[in-house]
Amino acid sequence: MSAAIQASGLGKRYRRTWALRDCALAVPEGRVAGLVGPNGAGKTTLLRLAAGLLAPTCGTISVLGERPAAGPAQLARVGFVAQDTPVYARMSVAGHLRLGAWLNPAWDDALARRRAGQAGLDLRQRAGSLSGGQRAQLALTLALAKRPELLILDEPVASLDPLARREFLRGLMEAVAEHGVSVVLSSHLVADLERVCDYLVVLAASRVRVAGEASALLASHHRLSGPRRDPGALPPGAEVIEESHTGKQSILLVRTGQPVHDPSWTVTPVSMEDLVLGYMSRARDDRTPRLEVVP
Amino acid sequence: MIRLSALQFRAQAAAAAAALAVFAVILAATGPHLFGLYDSSGIPACQAHGNCLPLATSFVTKLGGFYPVLYFTGAGFLLLAPAIIGTFWAAPLLTREFEAGTFQLAWTQSVTRTRWLAAKLGLGALTAMATAGLFSLALTWWSGPIDTAAPFAKGNSITFLRLGFVLFPTRGITPIGYAAFAFALGVTTGMLIRRTVPAMAATLATFLFIQIAWPIWVRPHLIPPARKFVALTPANIPGAELAVGPGGSTILVPHLPGMTGDWIISTQNTDPAGRPFNVNTVSACQGNTPQACNNALSRLHLRDVIAYQPASRFWAFQWYETGVFLAVALVLAGFCFWWTGRGRLG
Repeated sequence: MSAAIQASGLGKRYRRTWALRDCALAVPEGRVAGLVGPNGAGKTTLLRLAAGLLAPTCGTISVLGERPAAGPAQLARVGFVAQDTPVYARMSVAGHLRLGAWLNPAWDDALARRRAGQAGLDLRQRAGSLSGGQRAQLALTLALAKRPELLILDEPVASLDPLARREFLRGLMEAVAEHGVSVVLSSHLVADLERVCDYLVVLAASRVRVAGEASALLASHHRLSGPRRDPGALPPGAEVIEESHTGKQSILLVRTGQPVHDPSWTVTPVSMEDLVLGYMSRARDDRTPRLEVVP
Repeated sequence: MIRLSALQFRAQAAAAAAALAVFAVILAATGPHLFGLYDSSGIPACQAHGNCLPLATSFVTKLGGFYPVLYFTGAGFLLLAPAIIGTFWAAPLLTREFEAGTFQLAWTQSVTRTRWLAAKLGLGALTAMATAGLFSLALTWWSGPIDTAAPFAKGNSITFLRLGFVLFPTRGITPIGYAAFAFALGVTTGMLIRRTVPAMAATLATFLFIQIAWPIWVRPHLIPPARKFVALTPANIPGAELAVGPGGSTILVPHLPGMTGDWIISTQNTDPAGRPFNVNTVSACQGNTPQACNNALSRLHLRDVIAYQPASRFWAFQWYETGVFLAVALVLAGFCFWWTGRGRLG
């Protein structure tokens, strides 16, 4: 099985600043992968590179085994929902569906109309007068009805209210279940991803900090708390992601393949949010290049 | 993709069609009377035997105030049309998609962005060229009588010549080349600047600069000018006019029959050795009688040297200028494709 997105040494520079650098990544097919990171981490750049909207400055990226936007056939295999879900403001909903039919040979008009109906979209309404949630639903409908193998969504729910957010993610999950489409979804809100993702990529300060199967990541990370001490005294193979110390106590976020037997530590499991925040704060504190990939 | 581009471009096409319809109705309503005046003026026949001046002058007088206003308004409109096309059609063509972010929607359908650009650029440019061509066809037809008569009536008034500085790009096929160039310029500017208002301003400024600079510096030299040497003799010196020549010198310009409609690029007086001559340096002309001055000038065996573009080159100039602007439009379009293909957009 080829990777949904495979990148190595990938970098993108805008004038003099690197939006993304040294990115190595292999998101497997058949997953709902969450790309998480703070604002300005390079998420949009990575997804635009994957959609072929941008060309890399260095390195390579392949999507479903081909160069992004290599041709009409590759474009047909990937659906893309851009940040803020842009649509043609003066074109009606029906006009957008017609556009999709014109521009996509594999267009599934029945699916498009059914989804538009389910989302409560009025076909005659101009897209510019849709609410944010409806606009996002229209953009998702367009992306799904071209029947892609991979769906890339850039912060699709960032500007939606909680109800619209839940509706959108539910629609997305239904489509995943129905059509078996792979998904790569970015967000700066971990809670959104926690609900839907089974694969996680943490991107911070223009580099990939950690990537892997969500369940494997959660199983290999632990929170240790105990009397204050030097973190160097940990068992071999354990890596400290984040540490905080008070007068008497140390709290560590560690990654280790083995269970921690030292009785002086209290070991508690971590949530996805803890894990993401741990890597983000390490990226903020530690500007030295690091690349962590959990297979 | 072409259908989508057509859908997005229909407002502009409708505006163009409406303007064209109004233009055509006005010209069609006034044309027959204009042609009637011309046919009864005797100008068509006089061109064979020469002396058209009184007939043409009477014809121009009979036109009154309305037809000249229409004549220059039409020409003014054709001068502005390419600027309007470049600024209001072409410059926003891509910037609107960049500003609204919809390029991301367009480029992630199953159509390459090269085809997207080809549809937008091709459809827009063809509409622009067709619009300009039809406007020019209507105006060239309507203006025919005045274009023919005006040079006779007005002597060498340059602005009134269809081969000249001002009117030339409002006739024949040249507007098509200008429209194609203005469109390609607007799209290129929009692609590089990516914001609508600055792209429109840059397009307008660039186009107007070229529109003004071109007839001054380039058009006169598209074809090497023809030269005419006229000896200044006692026969033509009394009828000659004084004019400002090269370097602020004073020159004598004799009346030149048979140069009707020719575009005079430059004229200077030379002495028998071929050196430029300033009439002001002739002492016999300082405070003397005109007769004495004329006699003194006659003895110098001066010549008037005229560099000019014969009126018969009108169509050669039309093809050259149209060709140049079309070629530049193609180069700009090629640059747009190259830039897009390299992933420089977005």
